[in-house]
Amino acid sequence: MKKRKYLAVSLLIALALAGCAGEEATKPTAGDEQGAAPAQTAPATDKSAAGAALSDQEKQRRAELLAQRRVYFAFDSSTIDDEARAIIEAHAAHLVANPQIKLSLEGNCDERGTREYNLALGERRSQAVEKMMKVLGVAGNRIKTVSYGEEKPLCQEHNESCWRQNRRAEIVYK
Amino acid sequence: MRISLKWIAVTVMLLWSFSARAVLTIEITRGVDTGTPIAIVPFSWEGPAKPGQNVSDIVEADLARSGRFAVLPRKDFISTPHEDKDVVFKDWRILKAEALTIGSVRSAAPGKFQVQFRLFDVFKETQIAGFRYNVSADLLRSVAHQISDIIYEKITGEPGAFSTRIAYVTREEPPRGLPPVYKLQVADSDGFNAQTVVRSAEPLMSPAWSPDGNRLAYVSFEDRRSKVYVQNLTDGRRELLAEFTGINSAPAWSPDGTRLALTLSRDGNAEIYVMLLNSRALKRLTFDPAIDTEPSWSPDGRDIIFTSDRAGSPQIYRMNASGGSAERLTFDGDYNARASYAADGKSITFVSRSQGAFRIAVMRLDNKTQQVLTDTSLDESPSFAPNGRMIIYATEVRGRGVLASVSADGRVRQLFKFEEGDIREPAWSPYNRELQYKE
Repeated sequence: MKKRKYLAVSLLIALALAGCAGEEATKPTAGDEQGAAPAQTAPATDKSAAGAALSDQEKQRRAELLAQRRVYFAFDSSTIDDEARAIIEAHAAHLVANPQIKLSLEGNCDERGTREYNLALGERRSQAVEKMMKVLGVAGNRIKTVSYGEEKPLCQEHNESCWRQNRRAEIVYK
Repeated sequence: MRISLKWIAVTVMLLWSFSARAVLTIEITRGVDTGTPIAIVPFSWEGPAKPGQNVSDIVEADLARSGRFAVLPRKDFISTPHEDKDVVFKDWRILKAEALTIGSVRSAAPGKFQVQFRLFDVFKETQIAGFRYNVSADLLRSVAHQISDIIYEKITGEPGAFSTRIAYVTREEPPRGLPPVYKLQVADSDGFNAQTVVRSAEPLMSPAWSPDGNRLAYVSFEDRRSKVYVQNLTDGRRELLAEFTGINSAPAWSPDGTRLALTLSRDGNAEIYVMLLNSRALKRLTFDPAIDTEPSWSPDGRDIIFTSDRAGSPQIYRMNASGGSAERLTFDGDYNARASYAADGKSITFVSRSQGAFRIAVMRLDNKTQQVLTDTSLDESPSFAPNGRMIIYATEVRGRGVLASVSADGRVRQLFKFEEGDIREPAWSPYNRELQYKE
């Protein structure tokens, strides 16, 4: 049963990877201290058949995705795009393979729009990531969601390049 | 003043000692010259040591800021009377002044001052108002604002709102490596006399005045997530009101002060609830998978307006304060949010996006006409003065959050320029009827 779940998740990831093969991650990760690889439990510890079948190139790609702890959103949106989907899938697979790990998902917004609405929007973003992780087999009781609205911007300038960094959900491992 | 608690006094002293110079300047960025022409003669001073506050300067600034007066330049004055017997009305008719204010400040006892002022109708050659105040030095600014209120009411027929306060949140960027400092502050309506109510290393949000002006509800992230608190300004005590799972946000007092509307996501999605303050009983008002937030009560307590994106973008809706179906109020543009009522209940102010910019708008509820009042791009948190004539809001100037105000007709605007920090989320207090010293 468990093994089948792993297989399904791995297949999903494989599909996602196929979908965006050749695409380079263009996220703003410069100076991202949290961006280091999660703990010592690299995805290589996933011993499922499909996991083992991944080529070195795919493993490399997955490690890169797993190193990313932020997914980004469009203005006033909590829709998960393909880029975010690939990152969430990599983390979900890692979490399924390592059931002892807990995490929190922190939703954030850019400064535009009203603060209280943005607090709700930030929550919706964290919930969108949570929902996807649950679909991918991560137990809900391992995930905590929190919203900071527009109160914790990564970037303080008032322009789109800053705003797109701030419209994010952060994946924080405990 | 009631909120002069010992700990607040200490904070204020610290603030003063760090910045003995003016912490704040107010720049009128858009004015009109159609108000009632008024001459304010600088008050005379009698006594050994000058008080720290110039009463007539404060009155002049208040009236100029209101947009309802054209304050005549002092350099044109032909005479400078301080007593009624010295007033020559002809001198003021030549200047086309319709109203004239004179006055004096006397040192009565150490630290005590007697302030007198008179307001005249220049054409009728009669005194319209005259009062005397005996106060300590720390109340001179309050007295000046009360004089402004009296002049405003006598001339316009509507109550002034100068003796009110504003609450707002500041964020100070620390030296590298230190956490930022957030403060919830309360200041006079002209931005002076700032006092720190709450200080935190985590964000503070959404200050909301109780109808009696004695308490503030607000959101604090001090436990790393949003929780709603209510703090008493007279004794500093505070209560934790909401720490449910999910967000705890957007507190708004019912006009009778017995209930608090707020946004909770304890049932999984941001919905509006009403909490009875004495029993903490909760009633859920909205049931929609969309975001429902930013509740605000109508002054008669019957309705609650709020923001919802149930139609795909944030818009303002109105429902009965006991719940039920909601009527959509805004249709112009794809982002209208955080509405609140004017005290007469006839209009609302809110944030509206037009041409990609977030601006302050007002809507008359009888005919739903919408008017945008500002022309900057990151305006938010509008709040009516209790007399409905001015709106204070937050905007951004050269990368910093600042406060600004605009008259409800959009004709007069000014910027409050604090020397440092990022200022946001102003909330205008109700009238404070306890602050009266006149004889």
